[in-house]
Amino acid sequence: MPSYVNPEKCDGCKALDKTACQHICPNDLMVLDKDKMKAYNRDVTMCWECYNCVKICPTQAVEVRSYADFVPLGASATPMRSTDTILWTVKFRNGTIKRFKFPIRTTPEGKAVPDGGFESNGGLDSPLLFTEPASIGMDDVFRLKN
Amino acid sequence: MAEFETVVVETDLLILGGGMAACGAAVEAAHWALQNGLKVALVDKAAMDRSGAVAMGLSAINQYVGLKDGANTIQDYVDYVRNDLMGITREDLVANIARHVDSTVHLFEKWGLPIWKDEKGAYVHEGRWQLMINGESYKVVVAEAAKNALLQTGVGQIFERVFIVGPLMDGERCAGAVGFSVRENKFYVFKSKATLVAMGGAVHVFKPRSSGEGMGRAWYPPWNSGSSAYFTLKAGAEMTCQEVRFIRCASRMRTDLWARGSCCSSRGRPTPPAATT
Repeated sequence: MPSYVNPEKCDGCKALDKTACQHICPNDLMVLDKDKMKAYNRDVTMCWECYNCVKICPTQAVEVRSYADFVPLGASATPMRSTDTILWTVKFRNGTIKRFKFPIRTTPEGKAVPDGGFESNGGLDSPLLFTEPASIGMDDVFRLKN
Repeated sequence: MAEFETVVVETDLLILGGGMAACGAAVEAAHWALQNGLKVALVDKAAMDRSGAVAMGLSAINQYVGLKDGANTIQDYVDYVRNDLMGITREDLVANIARHVDSTVHLFEKWGLPIWKDEKGAYVHEGRWQLMINGESYKVVVAEAAKNALLQTGVGQIFERVFIVGPLMDGERCAGAVGFSVRENKFYVFKSKATLVAMGGAVHVFKPRSSGEGMGRAWYPPWNSGSSAYFTLKAGAEMTCQEVRFIRCASRMRTDLWARGSCCSSRGRPTPPAATT
């Protein structure tokens, strides 16, 4: 079910030209009400609950209304994303809280090297991609029969 | 009625879309463009960091052949797909994807995607073809490699929040694309020598069983609006493997369960609809 904005926490990213959630939403659903300086989800029926607005919000004002079958009333699952990990806080309705922390990347942010350090071979007339065959770990790429 | 400015962009290769396929194509294209003095432009209707069907991240890579470990052969994968699709498939395309998928996965790992390893350092499998990952930032990492490839070399330009509506035709030849910004009053005309279409499939072709706020509860994202199919039809491309349909009721396995890192075990998309222009 869709994401929604808690108006008490949202400040409309007032220092920026557009809100963070507006910047990231893959379906262009988040918009800013400039009179109230609050963001909102403009079409809840088209939300994939991908959580990108939740994760990017600088004031943690965005939450997702989850499905009652696995997140019943009173329970919640809340992500907190940093540059190298994500921490999920799962609250059960009996009050139990569990936290799960996972790595999200192994390289420093911004530092993905396109060729991955693999040697380049071949040319445009070869079926090899530019890092192959080194990146396959084989001597050659499989050849298709005509 | 607002005044729409027309922006004309000329390039050699035009990549339409900003998801996993387009990002991969951008990395590859940037290398050859730099060698050959060519220009590349990539157009995404959203923000590349989190656009496409992997916007939310994934907990598994659904296709890895394992050639270097002798785990499977290309023929094994082709047999699996043919069997899965009851014989209705293009084996040449399946083999073509399979022969390049291992190198792609190895690049993902170098770019920073955490892939689970066992105590011997081998990839942890969820099934014969699936690898387990900590993939919250799967798309972020892949998009970063694409951005670095295009922008650090200076061969490429990236246009975000531009929605492509159709091909630009020169007789029977596709000579680019037209679209508009969803942020500014701008109409875009992209002129290109070659155009690669990777704008996703089509979701909500059939009305979902869920209603109201549950409408977005689709396996693939509701923003997959059928742009690729429309574009390639209009451009007169040969379309193939369009009989593959993916209708699932398993979407309750998404979202909150990512926290536990063990969902998304779809058996992969054996042959994505392909088209050439």
